[in-house]
Amino acid sequence: MGLAKRIIPCLDVDNGRVVKGVNFVGIRDAGDPVEIARRYNEQGADEITFLDITASHEGRETTVHTVEQIAEQVFIPLTVGGGIRSVDDIRTMLNAGADKVSINTAAIHNPELVRQASQRFGAQCIVVAIDAKRVADVDGQPRWEIFTHGGRKPTGIDAVAWAVRMAELGAGEILLTSMDRDGTKNGFELGVTRAITDAVDIPVIASGGVGNLQHLVDGILLGGADAVLAASIFHFAEYTVPEAKAYMAECGIEVRL
Amino acid sequence: MAVIDYGMGNLHSVASALAHVGAERVVVTHDVEQIRAADRVVFPGVGAIRDCMAEIRRLRCDELLQVALTEQHKPVLAICVGMQALMSHSEENGGVDCLNVIPGTVRHFGQPLHDVEGQRLKVPHMGWSEVRRVSEHPLWSGIPDATRFYFVHSYYVTAADRSLVAGSVDYGVCADAALARDNLFATQFHPEKSHTAGLQLLRNFIHWTPSC
Repeated sequence: MGLAKRIIPCLDVDNGRVVKGVNFVGIRDAGDPVEIARRYNEQGADEITFLDITASHEGRETTVHTVEQIAEQVFIPLTVGGGIRSVDDIRTMLNAGADKVSINTAAIHNPELVRQASQRFGAQCIVVAIDAKRVADVDGQPRWEIFTHGGRKPTGIDAVAWAVRMAELGAGEILLTSMDRDGTKNGFELGVTRAITDAVDIPVIASGGVGNLQHLVDGILLGGADAVLAASIFHFAEYTVPEAKAYMAECGIEVRL
Repeated sequence: MAVIDYGMGNLHSVASALAHVGAERVVVTHDVEQIRAADRVVFPGVGAIRDCMAEIRRLRCDELLQVALTEQHKPVLAICVGMQALMSHSEENGGVDCLNVIPGTVRHFGQPLHDVEGQRLKVPHMGWSEVRRVSEHPLWSGIPDATRFYFVHSYYVTAADRSLVAGSVDYGVCADAALARDNLFATQFHPEKSHTAGLQLLRNFIHWTPSC
């Protein structure tokens, strides 16, 4: 038996509450992050990702406190992302109890941050988040570009080339979100998932668009992802983590049961 | 109980997991007196080995560890880079001499890495892998053979004395997942992040009375 494919429930947290939007708009309240994290820990989730979407300074302090509370009660890896801009921000989150931090926009503005962070804290705790959106094909080949600001602002950066560069700079893992699919429940964008998993030697987490359990299976078997991340299907109790794992196991995927 | 803090990474998760399974008065410290006074010592570690070794030596944690191990005969649990630091030498950062508490090497997984079926394996080895029991040990109590633990590492340990291997893991190569000698137990995986099985191992550690 080899390495299990991971299921990672994701908490999008705004001012201390778990929320879930569709394509980053139309926010819906899903509850208390500490309680929800504890529930996923008990259900046998393999990791938990906490994305802080708070913009205010006060909200950031709430986030640190919430991360501390989760880390006291949850004994599986915890990744924290959202608004991480500096080595100090990373240190704050690691000290609060995060095992990994996810860097997104700051890596685009300052790719050296990824190198510095990786050298200081180790590649194992540096996740680079990539928000990719399909753009016009080039020579009949599909192409995906990095977008910022919740998918509104193009950067002109090719998503696959960016993933390769981030791995070279010392990222330990890629969290790939398809902006075309996020919140749609239509399944992962498998084209970009496959392109990036084939291009890098570090693990890739597929994210954005999970609406049913077959989507999780497709992300792994067709997209080649090492882990699958989902939010609303778990938050609103459409499926439990054990149901998801049982289905994946039936489809021949190695999971931790 | 003392968790040795040499300034690298997050040690709260180790301390809170120990407290969760019933350890009393867990201190995260590099204070000589506190570590000397502790009845058990945890030697964790994350990050790159060169910086780890530099801090371990600067804060004289190497001497404290030796005292705990060979003079005071206290139970010691080393985790992840803490385990790697116990070996003779690591390939990481261009080659770094380690503490040589347990003779052996720390090597990079190497790329491309494949499993027995020819599937490509990613590095770091990140996630839940089955640990094969190589020897019986009180710290395995209540944990079935081939239980999955959480690993995250790019370098792997091979002890020179194979009789010290308590558990192994397959990830393209056969790596030492746990080593045991007298009052020392070391794991490459993170028990504090390995859910129920990891907490059981930590519970076993706080109740362990080595026979040496």
